Amino acid sequence: MAEETLRIEVRQLNLFYGQVQALRNINLQVMSGLVTALVGPSGCGKSSFLRTINRMNDMIPGARVEGQVLLDGVDVYGTMDVASLRKRVGMVFQKPNPFPRSIFENVAYGPRIHGQKNPAELRDLVEQSLRQAALWDEVKDKLHRSAYILSGGQQQRLCIARALAVGPEILLMDEPASALDPIATARIEELVHQLKSQYTIVIVTHNLQQASRVSQHAAFFLAGELVEAGTTSDLFTAPKDRRTEDYLTGRFG
Amino acid sequence: MSLRPSPFHDQLESLQQDVLKMGTIVEQALGDAVAALASGDLERAQRVIAGDDELDRMEIAIEQTCLTLIALHQPLASDLRILGTALKLVTDIERIGDHAVDIAKVAVRLDAEPLIKPLVDIPEMAAVVRRMIRECLSAYVRRDPALAREMIGLDDQVDHLYSRVFRDLLAEMIESPDKTRQGAYLLLVAQYLERVGDHATNFGEWIVYMVTGERVDLNA
Repeated sequence: MAEETLRIEVRQLNLFYGQVQALRNINLQVMSGLVTALVGPSGCGKSSFLRTINRMNDMIPGARVEGQVLLDGVDVYGTMDVASLRKRVGMVFQKPNPFPRSIFENVAYGPRIHGQKNPAELRDLVEQSLRQAALWDEVKDKLHRSAYILSGGQQQRLCIARALAVGPEILLMDEPASALDPIATARIEELVHQLKSQYTIVIVTHNLQQASRVSQHAAFFLAGELVEAGTTSDLFTAPKDRRTEDYLTGRFG
Repeated sequence: MSLRPSPFHDQLESLQQDVLKMGTIVEQALGDAVAALASGDLERAQRVIAGDDELDRMEIAIEQTCLTLIALHQPLASDLRILGTALKLVTDIERIGDHAVDIAKVAVRLDAEPLIKPLVDIPEMAAVVRRMIRECLSAYVRRDPALAREMIGLDDQVDHLYSRVFRDLLAEMIESPDKTRQGAYLLLVAQYLERVGDHATNFGEWIVYMVTGERVDLNA
């Protein structure tokens, strides 16, 4: 699935939290086989936007969505079942949030609730997911110890393994490295690079250098609007909109 | 949202002043070299040759500043283009400086011997390329891509003059073989000036890129 095909198409999306409009008329296409970065200042709506893709905003009281989020042409706000949507669209959060269980159980948890009961297959799946998350070699001898013995960077890769274990097609990452040191950050970025051929990845990041390192497409959000989207290289070297220019050159007060 | 100045942007501004200063020195050196050639003023030619070390030092200092600012600030968008452009411009400016030295060296080699005939087209070529350099520097400071494009149009005049000088000197040399040595040196001078026009054209193209983000080939 390395070729670039249209995976997610967002059409005229508006998001309201009660009376407050958090996103205004967003139109964006996300392609498979590459990483799309969402950048913008705090409160610009980039995380809110990310969360509309797997309907995480549904859990917020008063949240209301207008418009369409088409996943392979099917509106996720239509008749699609939310549990099956979230199986297809995995998410990794800013702060590593392993369950208070063993390393093994953290990864096995998802497949189990989705019906995987065969212990041998489950073991294989856990190993495969941990390998994909570049964590296997570091944890293979302590699979049954608590996830909390791991470092922050390892915990974050565990959360990625946990997301991969249920076999998603799309991976949403909300500032996945913002709580990590530069070495752990580099490992996450390397991982994103490896995973992009198999998964469609959308990543929110405050860190412009990170966006430039990991993504091929980028979208700039400001005050609930999508100001500009394009290839990361075009957006970061020659943005078309003055507001993008001012943000990228740090000229916003 | 208001725009705020930053120490980084002050440093960018000062970098551009350094590029401007280097460009101004080179334009003057080119003028001096051609004047020294036309008048047989060897002392003036030697001054141009001696001045090249300072230009080389300026080039290195500007490059170093660019690399430091890139490493420390990881600039994007127009800030990145300003730095990338400065890195390219100093190379073109330094080459123009080298050609000024080349011309001064011809003046020294000719050792104030009487010229086959008074220089007309070569000083005219020099005047056009110096005007190109001055307009480059104005366009750079004013961030004016239109002026840069207009300046590049002057390169056609340079090419035209070069063809004429070439033809005339060739004819002289065929007619009077004793003028061949001097003729060959003057041909070199014309070629140096023609190259200066090409460097000025590059300069203009980089200004267009710096301001608009668009890489153009305006010399096609």
